Amino acid sequence: MRVDGLFLAGIGIFFAVIGIVYWTTSYENAGFLMLMGSALLGLLPGSYYLWWSYKMKPQPDDDPNAEMSEGAGAIDSFPGSSIWPFILGMGAMFTVLTFVFGLWLAPLGGTLILSAAIGGTMESRRGGAV
Amino acid sequence: MTTTIEPPELVSPEPGGPDGPTPGARPDHAHDHHEGPTGLLKWLTSTDHKVIGKSYMITSLVLFFIAGIMALVIRTQLADPTSSLVSFQTYNELFTMHGSLMLYLFAGPFAFGGLANYIVPLQVGAPDMAFPRLNALSYWLYLGGSVVMMSGFLVAGGAASYGWVAYAPLSNAINSPGAGADLWLMALALTGFSAIFTGVNLAATVFYLRAPGMTMFRVPIFSWNMLVTGILILIAFPVLFGAVVMLFCDRHFGTHIFTVDGGGVPVLWQHLFWFFGHPEVYILALPYFGMVTDIFPVFSRKPLFGYKGMVFATMSIAALSTGVWAHHMFTTGVVLLPFFSLLSYLIAVPTGIKFFNWIGTMWGGQLSFQTPMLFSIGFLFAFLMGGVTGVLLASPPVDFMTHDTYFVVAHFHQVLIGTTVFAGFAGFYFWYPKMFGRMLDERLGKLHFWLLFVGFWVAFMPQYLVGLYGMPRRVADYLPTNGWTTLNVISTVGAFVIGASFLFFLANLWTSWRHPVPAGDNPWDGGALEWFTSSPPPHHNYTHLPPIRSERPTWDYNHPEHRVIHKPPKDRPPAPVGEGETVGASS
Repeated sequence: MRVDGLFLAGIGIFFAVIGIVYWTTSYENAGFLMLMGSALLGLLPGSYYLWWSYKMKPQPDDDPNAEMSEGAGAIDSFPGSSIWPFILGMGAMFTVLTFVFGLWLAPLGGTLILSAAIGGTMESRRGGAV
Repeated sequence: MTTTIEPPELVSPEPGGPDGPTPGARPDHAHDHHEGPTGLLKWLTSTDHKVIGKSYMITSLVLFFIAGIMALVIRTQLADPTSSLVSFQTYNELFTMHGSLMLYLFAGPFAFGGLANYIVPLQVGAPDMAFPRLNALSYWLYLGGSVVMMSGFLVAGGAASYGWVAYAPLSNAINSPGAGADLWLMALALTGFSAIFTGVNLAATVFYLRAPGMTMFRVPIFSWNMLVTGILILIAFPVLFGAVVMLFCDRHFGTHIFTVDGGGVPVLWQHLFWFFGHPEVYILALPYFGMVTDIFPVFSRKPLFGYKGMVFATMSIAALSTGVWAHHMFTTGVVLLPFFSLLSYLIAVPTGIKFFNWIGTMWGGQLSFQTPMLFSIGFLFAFLMGGVTGVLLASPPVDFMTHDTYFVVAHFHQVLIGTTVFAGFAGFYFWYPKMFGRMLDERLGKLHFWLLFVGFWVAFMPQYLVGLYGMPRRVADYLPTNGWTTLNVISTVGAFVIGASFLFFLANLWTSWRHPVPAGDNPWDGGALEWFTSSPPPHHNYTHLPPIRSERPTWDYNHPEHRVIHKPPKDRPPAPVGEGETVGASS
């Protein structure tokens, strides 16, 4: 966990430095903002992970001498199969086609997305505990 | 309702302790107890990373072949100076869609959607990707995006025709009217989100689903590179999505973000696009670097030379790649030349480290030249040529000379064919036995390689010359008096040799389909974790795992006498590698 946090924080610091160098040499807005966005993308999760890495006890996947049995137990409940990603994907496709071919496609896309949102949520609930 | 929901199940790998495999025998892989839909419904509803990975690979290979046929039409048109095989409009559509299919729909998804989806959870010892349903959604968005982009050929006015970079004044509603251009933008929105979701999934899988003992610095380089690629995707693709939405608003909703007459800035499109586009080039390269990095040690019978160097080189390439976007814009005259030139030159350093380590891995090894190894070595040559000309192009004076000529075309085809085709098919030949439990034919594979290798040089070396002689890119015809005819004919011959080489690839797939040769768990005697499980792996991948004490747990398990033991951490005494009762099989 600590390595992950350092990795992401390192990305953030790198882009912060590059962004400042870029701004002070080129005065160009778009690139500076994008570099700062990238810096945030590294710093936000990186600092969050680092904070947790000091609060949590060491994980077996970070222990070079861990035994396989230390990872025993349910990791999570995975849905075995689900139709809702397919429905959601098709709904997204028809929704973007609305922008090209007109509003008559919107009800179809909207219905698919809505049903996938409801169906997927219900599936997760019935799927049981995490 | 067609869903089946499994009760919460124990998906953690079973412990390999006293209850684990008996000494002297490989663990007996459990049969697939997974009950679920079959047939078409299985394909539609599966959240298994292996099924999704295979769907990704099949879809992207189909699009690869469609785009390849477009390339052959383009080359046929260019072989004759005044050819009228296709109209100018069709030619524009063809080179646009060739580039778009190859870059957005083949090169990326084949690596991070296909092979990575299949291999990364196996390599880190995970039962599935971190978010299985999100993973399925990625695939369906990708398929939807591919259908939307291809459907441009069916609408009046034809497909998008402004080049795969869609530069702003050309791509507005006046210069590129028609639904095809809009469909192209919408397809990018869909596949962009597909890539973002896959990037999240890859990063979360490598961060949090590693098996016990699989520390970050024992993760195989392929998975490391996929993690870095996932982060790069998260940096790059949202920018593309924003740019696409802005361009769409310019086209239809009366905004003037990229048009001068309303106070907009056309160059802003180039900034946004290349801030996506240059990391995208490395999103297309890093996964393939990872593949060959996993392949060289296996066929050199040596551990990887400089593991940590590889990891840090990958990170530096990724970080630098995000700071070099405007080296595509040197000739606009509004970018800071020294900054972008310097950072572009710097990328050569970590790439050079990678080359050094690849050669160091092979140095003194017991090389065996099976098909994956041949393709990987082909990658070294191809990518070296593309990379060196890239260093040339990073120099602004040279770039001013060669910008928008065939020199650039040859450069990026050598880079991208080096990675996506040579390294990509190296990875495909390497992991195909694991994915399907059957071998590909070595003879046909070698024929595929040698024809591809010859065709590659014949097709693209003349393009450097013809570019230096001044031939601009994206032109459908030229004058016989230009003197470019001979070089173009040679290049076209090479393109058809490349096309022919893929007939051997298809024949190979056909042979393996009709006359399967069982592969066994570990046909190449590989060292990474994925070679421990059966081929194809059971549902949730592992019934047993070996103790993970190095980057090569399967090698340590199979060859206990050749283990490389790393120094133990300070606070714990070194545990005996393999725990005695789980080790014993040696070959």
